[in-house]
Amino acid sequence: MMRSDPRALQLNEHGQLKHFLTLDGLDKTILTEILDRAESFLSMGEQSVKKVPLLRGKTVVNLFFENSTRTRTTFELAGKRLSADVINLNIETSATSKGESLLDTLKNLEAMQSDMFIVRHSDSGAAHFIAEHCTPNVAIINAGDGRHAHPTQAMLDMLTIRRHKGSFEGLKVAIVGDILHSRVARSQLQSLTTLGVDEIRLVGPKTLVPSFFSEMGATICHDLEAGLKDVDVIVMLRLQKERMKGALLPSESEFYRLYGLTEESLSWAKPDAIVMHPGPINRGVEISSEVADGKHSVILDQVTNGIAVRMAVMSMAMSGQLQSDDASTAKGDN
Amino acid sequence: MKLRIQNGRLIDPSQNLDAVVDLFVENQKIVAIGDAPAGFDDAEVIDALGHWVLPGLVDLAVSLREPGYTQKGSVATEGRAAVSGGVTTLICPPNTSPIVDTPAVAALIQDKADEAGMANVFPIGALTQGLDGAHLSNMVSLTDAGCVALSNDRHEMVNTKVLSRALEYAATHDLLVVFHPDEKSLSEGGCAHEGLTATMHGLAGIPDTAETIALMRDLLLIEKSGVRAHFARLSCAKSVEMIADAKVAGLDVTADVAVHNLLLSDDVLSQFDGRYHVLPPLRGENDRLTLIEGIKRGAISAICSDHQPHEKMAKIAPFAATEPGMANVEILLPLAMQLMDEGDLDLSTLLTCLTSGPAACFGLEAGSLSVGSFADFILFDSTACWTWKYESRKTKGHNSPYFDQNFVGRVMSTYISGQRVYQAV
Repeated sequence: MMRSDPRALQLNEHGQLKHFLTLDGLDKTILTEILDRAESFLSMGEQSVKKVPLLRGKTVVNLFFENSTRTRTTFELAGKRLSADVINLNIETSATSKGESLLDTLKNLEAMQSDMFIVRHSDSGAAHFIAEHCTPNVAIINAGDGRHAHPTQAMLDMLTIRRHKGSFEGLKVAIVGDILHSRVARSQLQSLTTLGVDEIRLVGPKTLVPSFFSEMGATICHDLEAGLKDVDVIVMLRLQKERMKGALLPSESEFYRLYGLTEESLSWAKPDAIVMHPGPINRGVEISSEVADGKHSVILDQVTNGIAVRMAVMSMAMSGQLQSDDASTAKGDN
Repeated sequence: MKLRIQNGRLIDPSQNLDAVVDLFVENQKIVAIGDAPAGFDDAEVIDALGHWVLPGLVDLAVSLREPGYTQKGSVATEGRAAVSGGVTTLICPPNTSPIVDTPAVAALIQDKADEAGMANVFPIGALTQGLDGAHLSNMVSLTDAGCVALSNDRHEMVNTKVLSRALEYAATHDLLVVFHPDEKSLSEGGCAHEGLTATMHGLAGIPDTAETIALMRDLLLIEKSGVRAHFARLSCAKSVEMIADAKVAGLDVTADVAVHNLLLSDDVLSQFDGRYHVLPPLRGENDRLTLIEGIKRGAISAICSDHQPHEKMAKIAPFAATEPGMANVEILLPLAMQLMDEGDLDLSTLLTCLTSGPAACFGLEAGSLSVGSFADFILFDSTACWTWKYESRKTKGHNSPYFDQNFVGRVMSTYISGQRVYQAV
């Protein structure tokens, strides 16, 4: 009845991905394999025929318990370019706030003999939960769970960094804004650490940057200038409007004054620094239009890279499922 | 009916007793220890050779779930689970449906308990009507109906004034009030200890200040009102210090802790395993060690199971969506004894916290084998290795991380008022 560790849960006995739930426990070899494979799909995207038959005959279900147009669309495109049949299901969170109906939903979808679930859910750990309770042979890809993880987003960010900077060694990276609520930041922190950057700085006020992150290998900066000084990569996070209601911040304007990325604050970073944002951006809240649309911005590259990374992860997990020896082992419960 | 329990190692911290001596029972009560009184030649003999003879355990927190939540448990099922764990006296919280805020509900629970013939059951009455935190319950009537204390459970009071008045009213009638210190504005929405593990896993945190701020407020109001007070389920290091300081300052307060908060810290949450979702949450390693220290120093005088059975589906959900609680009353003693294995606690202190310690917190005549006491005792095989199997559990609950684990030490039989109510098979 003991639970497996996250590494065992998402890897098969040959050490290959069979789910993609978190970057926690994945080593540099696997992350690099994802990036390399994504690179090969990127070049394919530039050709006139964009499809490969890696997932032909497979059914992929986009299972979104939380709204997201961009992530869902890129997963859908990725699935289609791998020749899978893709179904989109948007399920109101309110209807599944109880575990019963989440499990029931899953059982129903399993009965339709799906091969892969792309899951987004507002509860941290939801993708783990689904991977533990779903029939073997179905690959689970985490498309964002609560504040916990958004591993495909982090990997597309890694691909973007590698394509612009060549490698990760010696890089200084600043992640700015609402770290507390960000699954993107958590996954970035794990991947950047594993891939061996020089320094990761988390920048924001104490209300949005919990001190515990320093125990995860990050440097915490409450001052933007100190945080951006000589960095190679700047990641701006989206600031949700409701943060003002929770007394985490006084106003958007004061946040922008202290932590907004403008041409002036960008000048504190290295001259060749790149600016990233997981989107959708709030112009004038966390980033100025001049910077978002400027020559340092690689925000649209991230979107392109997102499709390739998702194709890489989906094809790897599907092949890891097929090569798993104990694919039919029943899962424990209670 | 006369009983002679012979050849067992009698351990009763309330009398500083630890020796191989015989125990004599007549008319439901203990009548002698050591030499047989006159007229015991024809007594029924129970041979306890190789076993410990201990006072029945007193558990300050066993949710029976009846009335209202019989899909989770009932007085009969959880009572049976309790005696199989050696618990002969238990306190149940008021959070049933309907809530224990009328004498009728208190009486119903006790009637069901009598009918089941298992552990001695003492309900806690609601401090406010419907636990609404606003309107005082009929505290005296509830007490007359058998409630041994009053509590608002983990439900918040609408404001400090109502709490203050509730305590003054309870003090007027010398009633015991049980506090679950929790500042809701800080804990609301949280499901795990605010620390590294919760931060890494994106689980909404419950800071220790949620407990300590409420605790400090409660202590000030206890001092002002003079009410008899007990603090339930401490979880933070700072809470232990505050209780110890209050005792030094002469305040008449006691405190307990759930056994899982002594054995586990928040690092077990790394797999999003809902079985470890409890309230108050499993906290950091320093908190855990300080709670153990609090037992050694006497700041905490009781260890309870905080038994909260759930139906299976209650834990089949992503972590935050699972219902909090574990159902461990059946393994309370061997679980608590794991604290000795680590060299943390001596046997006498441990047993005190499971018997006379909790009884004293609530002023109950229980947890002792002294002459004149009711003959509530257990035979315990301290060396038995056994597996607590999920399939053979007594509780109706499905929620424990300890199912199918091996334990050393097993309750072999349980007696209440000289009657055997449980025997291990």
